[in-house]
Amino acid sequence: MKDGPAVLEGQHFLLGDHACAEGALAAGCRFFAGYPITPSTEIAERLAHRLPEVGGIFVQMEDELASMAAIVGASVAGARAMTATSGPGFSLMMENVGLAAMMEVPCVVVNVQRGAPSTGLPTLVAQADVMQARWGSHGDYEIVAYAPASPQECFDLTVRAFNTADQYRIPVFVLADEVVGHMTERVVIPPPDAIPKVERKRPRTAPGGDGFLPFQADDDLVPPMAHAGEGYRVHFTGLTHDERGYPATNAEAHDRLVRRLVEKVRRHAWRIEEYEESQLEDARVVVIAYGSTARSARRAVAVAREEGIRAGLLRPITLWPFPGERVRRLAERVGAVVVPELNMGQIAREVERFTHRPVLGVNHAGGAMLPPEPILDTIREAATR
Amino acid sequence: MLRGQSTRVPLDWKAAVLPQGQVYVIPSRCKECRFCIDFCPRDVLTLSTETNVRGYRYPVVATGKDVACVHCEFCSLVCPEYAIYTVEVAGAGVTP
Amino acid sequence: MTTLMAERHPSDPLFRADRLPHIWCPGCGIGPAMHAYAQALVESGIPLDRHVCVSGIGCSGRVPGYLNIDSYHTTHGRAIPFAMAVALVRPQLEVAVFSGDGDLFAIGGNHFIHAARRNVDLNVICINNFNYGMTGGQVGPTTPMGARATTAPYGNYEQPFSLPYLAAATGAVFVARWTSLHLRQLKQAILRAMKKRGLTFIEVLAPCPVGFGRPNEIGDAMEEMMLYRERCVVDHGAPLAALDIDLRQRDRPIVLGNFVDIERPVFDPLAMRRPAPEVEDHAPLARKEQEG
Repeated sequence: MKDGPAVLEGQHFLLGDHACAEGALAAGCRFFAGYPITPSTEIAERLAHRLPEVGGIFVQMEDELASMAAIVGASVAGARAMTATSGPGFSLMMENVGLAAMMEVPCVVVNVQRGAPSTGLPTLVAQADVMQARWGSHGDYEIVAYAPASPQECFDLTVRAFNTADQYRIPVFVLADEVVGHMTERVVIPPPDAIPKVERKRPRTAPGGDGFLPFQADDDLVPPMAHAGEGYRVHFTGLTHDERGYPATNAEAHDRLVRRLVEKVRRHAWRIEEYEESQLEDARVVVIAYGSTARSARRAVAVAREEGIRAGLLRPITLWPFPGERVRRLAERVGAVVVPELNMGQIAREVERFTHRPVLGVNHAGGAMLPPEPILDTIREAATR
Repeated sequence: MLRGQSTRVPLDWKAAVLPQGQVYVIPSRCKECRFCIDFCPRDVLTLSTETNVRGYRYPVVATGKDVACVHCEFCSLVCPEYAIYTVEVAGAGVTP
Repeated sequence: MTTLMAERHPSDPLFRADRLPHIWCPGCGIGPAMHAYAQALVESGIPLDRHVCVSGIGCSGRVPGYLNIDSYHTTHGRAIPFAMAVALVRPQLEVAVFSGDGDLFAIGGNHFIHAARRNVDLNVICINNFNYGMTGGQVGPTTPMGARATTAPYGNYEQPFSLPYLAAATGAVFVARWTSLHLRQLKQAILRAMKKRGLTFIEVLAPCPVGFGRPNEIGDAMEEMMLYRERCVVDHGAPLAALDIDLRQRDRPIVLGNFVDIERPVFDPLAMRRPAPEVEDHAPLARKEQEG
C-alpha cells in the first residue's frame, strides 16, 4: 500500500469535511481518535484513509468520551491530535475538554453543528452549539473557537486551530456547521513550506536536573511543555495544582491557577481574534453573521445596498474570543445591529453585551440555511431604527 | 536406610547462610497499622512506648530479638507508609 | 541490635518523597501495592524514564502522584483511553494504568472491555477494595452482595463483578489476582505483565479499613489482612467462572493466582498496512508426494 504526502498541494474541489481533514494533516496532525456521527463522519473517514499514508494513527474509539481522553493522551505524548464530532458527541466530550484546559494540553476538536438539542436533526444544519463551546465544561476557562464559512476556511482554520492550541496550550474548537461541512467548493492547498506552523514551547533545560517545573509559566502565562518519555518525570493532574504539577487543593493555589488559565487567553485575545469586514466604512446597519449564515447575509447586504440602505457585514471568524471591542466601536455609529443565526439567539447575546443599540435577531432553530430574504427584511427594519 | 530419617541434604547446605538484618524505622511516617509487627516471621518487632509526632506508636525491635531479624524484607514491602526497612548486616550471617 | 532511626527509605528515589506521607488511611492496602509496583519498575530492566503511569479518580488514582516517573492523573474512568493514546504515540514507553475498582469498572467499564478486546499494549492494575473509598465508602461494582456501604445502608442488593472472569472474557492476555499481603507474588505478576505485550490485568485485593472495613464489622486493616491470609488460596488453574468473591461465606476461599497467560495479536492501527508475515508454502511438497 502506498504512502502519500501530508500536504496535498494544489487546487481541489473538496467537501468541507474533507478540507478540514486535509488541514489537519497539513498542520502536522498525526493522531485522530473519533466516533462516527453525522455530519462529521467524513472527517474521520478521510483521516482513516490518509493518516496511515503519512505514518499517523487513526483510531475509532468506543465513544466520544474515550475519543476526547485519547486526544489529550496523544498530545501529552507529543503528537498533534484531533477529534471531530457533532452536538451529541460534543456534549460527551465536555468532560475532557475541562481536563485539557486544566492540564494545559493542546488539542483540536471539530464540531460540525447540526439540529439540536439531543438527537435533533442529524443530517441538517444548525448553529446552536456556540454557547456550549464557550461554557460547555464545568468551571472557568477560556477557549478559542473558529467558525469556517467555506471549505477553504475549513482547511485554513483547522491549520490555525492547531497553531493556536499549541501556542497557548489550550483545547481549540473548529465550529463548522452541516452546510459548510457537506458542501463542495474550491480549496487551494499551499505548498508545505507555506503552511504556517507555530509549535508548542519546549523546556529550555535538559531533563534530569531539578530545575524544570512543568507548570511554571513564562511572562506570556504559558508554561513550556514536556512530553511523556522525555525524562522530565512530569506529573499532570486534573486537580488544582502548583507549579510542580502536584495537587494543591487550597483556595490560594486555586485562584492563582484559574486566574492564570483564564488570563492566558484573555491577555492575548486581541491577537487571536479574527473577523472579516465588508462595507462597514459608512454602514448604518451592521449585520453580524458567521458560518453558513454569513453566506446568505452577504447576499442580503448586497441587495440592501442596491435598495439604498447603508448596510455592512461583520463576519466573526473566531466566535471565541468574540470580537467585542470591534462591535462596540462599530455600534457607536450605527442605528441597529442585525444578528442572523441558526439558533434561538446565542451570538446575539454577546453582541448585546457590547452595545446599547437595538440588536435585531433573525432566528431559526435550524434544518436549512437561513435564506437572504428574512435577513433582508430585518435589515430594512433595522434601517428605520 | 534408617526409617524416619532423611539421607538427603541440599547440595549447598554448607554454603547456605541465614542473613541477619538491621532494622531501620522512620517514626514520623508510621500510622500504627501493625502490619510489620504481626507479619514478621520472626516476631522481631513490637510497638514502641513512645508516640511519633502524629500520636502513633511505631515499631521497635522487641527485647531479646536483637539478632532475630533475617532480612526477609517483608516489613519493608508490606508497610503502607514506607516507614521501615532492613539492611543486611555484613558477615553476621549464620549457617543453619 | 537496637532499632535504628532513619529519615529516608531506600525506595524513596522511586517516589516523589517530598509528598510523603501520603493521604491514605492507616492500614490502607494501596501503599504496599504501590511499593510492589515501584520495585517492579526497578527490576523491569526498563529505564524509569520510559515508564508512564496513568490513573483515574479515587484513592487508587492518587498513586501516580507519588511515583517519580511521568505520571498522569486524569478524569474518572478515562485513564484507559488516555493511556492507550500515550502507548500508541510512543510505543517504546511502558504504560501502566493504576486505578480502582469503581473507576475502572463502573464509569470506566466500557473503556476496559474495548481495550481488552483490542488487546491494547497496556498494564492495568486494579486496586479492589470493594467500595468507593475516596468519597466515603459507597457501593461499587465489586461490592459483595449483602455488604454495607453508605449508599447501601440495608446491605448491597447487587451482584458484583468477578474481575478476572470479565478481563479474561473480554480478551486480556494476562490475568492475575493477588492482595496487598501477597506482595512478592504481586511484584512477580507485575514484572510478567511488563514483559508481555498486550492488555494485562492484575487485580489487587486491598484493605480499606474506613470505607469498607468499618461498616462491615471488620475491626481494622490488620483484621482484613488476616482475612486475606486465612481465606486466600493460590490456584493458577482455577476455572475462570469460579473466581467470584463472597465475603459472607466464611468457608468459601478467595482464589488468587495468575489465571491467564496467552498470546493474541496486539492492537496496531497500521496492522493491515504492514507486509504479511512470511508463510511457508507446503503446496509444492504435497504435489511432489502425490506424483512420487
